[in-house]
Amino acid sequence: MDVNEFVKHFAEQFDETPEELFKPTTLFKELEEWGSLTALSIIAMVDEELDIRITGADIRNSNSIEDLFLLTQAK
Amino acid sequence: MLNPFSLEGKTVLITGASSGIGRGIAVECSKMGANVVITGRNKQRLNETYLSLNGNNHIQIIADLSNNDDLNSLVEQCPQLDGFVSNAGIPKLMIVKFIQKESLEEIMGINTIAPILLTSALIKRKKVIKGGSIVFISSISGVNISTLGESSYSASKGAIHGFVKGAAIDLASQKIRVNSINPGLIQTDILKLAGEMFSEEQINDKLKQYPLKRIGQPEDVAYATIYLLSDAASWVTGTSIVIDGGFTLA
Repeated sequence: MDVNEFVKHFAEQFDETPEELFKPTTLFKELEEWGSLTALSIIAMVDEELDIRITGADIRNSNSIEDLFLLTQAK
Repeated sequence: MLNPFSLEGKTVLITGASSGIGRGIAVECSKMGANVVITGRNKQRLNETYLSLNGNNHIQIIADLSNNDDLNSLVEQCPQLDGFVSNAGIPKLMIVKFIQKESLEEIMGINTIAPILLTSALIKRKKVIKGGSIVFISSISGVNISTLGESSYSASKGAIHGFVKGAAIDLASQKIRVNSINPGLIQTDILKLAGEMFSEEQINDKLKQYPLKRIGQPEDVAYATIYLLSDAASWVTGTSIVIDGGFTLA
């Protein structure tokens, strides 16, 4: 999976935020819709799509969507 | 001195005794005079519990209760029981849109199906004596409250809540009592797992919602279990006790 595909899956976890706001450089924690539910969704999405387990700490250590993508690539 | 809460001379089976709440229940029951039969999946950790028990005459049996052969073999090896504490269980966070059949079957299998089948097998083989007591360790989740990502866990525990009521009616003719305990957040390894998912700040925020301002300890659940196992509770059946530091009030 490349970063753009990752961003697409990332965006799918949101119901209110327009898709065009999601880019590799998007600082996702600044999105209004970001919260516990979307965080759990991202963890589950990464597990389902990439078969990789990320933790809350991984999310806390990432700022942009690309940060998180690179982190999954390192696992 | 008469002590209606004593477990002296009683034999009690405890599942999920290799750690956490189950270990706490096993140790406290042994201190109250019970002979305990402890079971769990992990040999080393189950033995750690065994070594911390008070007194002799205890038995440890390795079993994976989601495996039918293990379950039947456990029932075969069990002596006559005055009490049975169904404690084995797993947590699993799954938000609704990511619930998968495999994960759902795993959590329902361990938290709901195995405890019900074990109860049935113990009764069928007449392992629980007349006047015996069965205690299910359920949760406030699924009975009193739920929280983000816990819908499947809540479903597995809520099902036990229903089973307790029906089983209490079925087994009343044998004077066997069936009750449950619904704990809030308890200090166990399961909580350490939550630490991987949530920040320390989030966990501390959660603790602030507990009016008694502390997290529960396995002993808090063990003492209620001892009450339900003892003769002091001989007119108590089909009910549940919330042990949560006041969380569900707030």
